[in-house]
Amino acid sequence: MKSGYYPRDLNMHPPAYTPGYRTSILRSPQKAPIGFDGSPTEFTGPTFGHSLIGELDNNLILNFAQAGESAIGERIMVHGYVLDEEARPIRNTLVEFWQANAGGRYRHKKDTYLAPLDPNFGGCGRTMTDESGYFHFFTIRPAAYPWPNGKNDWRPAHIHFSVFGTAFAQRLITQMYFEGDPNIALCPIVKTIPDADAIDRLIARLDMHNSRPHDMRAYRFDIVLRGKRSTVFENRKEGN
Amino acid sequence: MPYAPKLKESASQTAGPYVHIGCMPNTTGIHTIFDTDLGSTMFTGEAKGERINIEAVIFDGSGTPVKDAMVEIWQADANGVFASPEDGREADPHFTGFGRQHADHDTGVFRFETIKPGAVSVDGKTYAPHVLMWIAARGINLALATRVYFDDEAEANEADPFLSRIELKSRVPTLIAKRDGNTYRHEIHLQGPDETVFFDL
Repeated sequence: MKSGYYPRDLNMHPPAYTPGYRTSILRSPQKAPIGFDGSPTEFTGPTFGHSLIGELDNNLILNFAQAGESAIGERIMVHGYVLDEEARPIRNTLVEFWQANAGGRYRHKKDTYLAPLDPNFGGCGRTMTDESGYFHFFTIRPAAYPWPNGKNDWRPAHIHFSVFGTAFAQRLITQMYFEGDPNIALCPIVKTIPDADAIDRLIARLDMHNSRPHDMRAYRFDIVLRGKRSTVFENRKEGN
Repeated sequence: MPYAPKLKESASQTAGPYVHIGCMPNTTGIHTIFDTDLGSTMFTGEAKGERINIEAVIFDGSGTPVKDAMVEIWQADANGVFASPEDGREADPHFTGFGRQHADHDTGVFRFETIKPGAVSVDGKTYAPHVLMWIAARGINLALATRVYFDDEAEANEADPFLSRIELKSRVPTLIAKRDGNTYRHEIHLQGPDETVFFDL
């Protein structure tokens, strides 16, 4: 087995210590991570079959709702491609997502924000990319909410994403923001990312072309995982 | 000829305090969406190898257990093969190699029921038995990767290419779990004199 991924460009990622985001102060390692040219442990990763995915897993409007009911809020579709840095599709990979409801509250006992829980909204879903790396899911647009960091910090509306890729070297957790949200520029968590273009790539674009008339608007969000060097495997002469 | 990748990797963001809603909803009491939480068991049958538990606690810079973390492990089977097409060899069909657990909300302990991995021998290199551990939590901007080795594998650890790479030998013990019956106990320190070795995946 010979493989390899491009070294992660750490300038695109938030450093561990970002005092503006206060929780990072005690949770950030202070020593440099150790670089390693990789081994089978990082070049492999779990695979999940399409049989994992239930019919409503990618529909947060309905997957927690009582029969005949649906979640309250602006109905949206989020869609895009999971690609690697060489723009190759990452096929059949698991994408998980979670979010607050249309009032900005999570279904979690520790979330005590004043906004009400929606009895028909759970707040999580998952899907798998198809042969072209494409994924989509239906949800309601989450609201911004205040959080205890500074005295008046608000998270912009956002959806959390967890993506596996084909090897642990590609494993990524990130967040998607919404085009035009003034809270993005103010958010201490967004600001942990040092690169303005890298922030911009986490902002989903309103996509009227794929919006469904009289039903829901679409937002386009592509996710890029680390690129893999194109090497010929000794046991798979056709390459990768 | 100079060459740069066409796209750039998406930036990481913290998993936040409610990562369990998305990744392990059943543990937060959301039972009706997914039948079981992903990675809650690493077995699909009677897997080969010795059954072991790995129990660990993550401590922050003040020595307080991190109680809201989600931890994943990824490891080889008893023969040192990964259940992944990227491995190219045939893995134990009854063992997934992938586990996902959360820290106990009161104590911060997380626990994996797994098997002792075999040494991984590939391309003339042999890696001592180990488990990749991946930590996502509030306040962690880019998930942290580390490894867990086993204290009853001293000889293999001595020859391990990854452990040998660590220049400051006094840091090596931060990667070695201690055996106690069938359970290996491990501590992860995010900061301080015992800061765990994390590595750039």
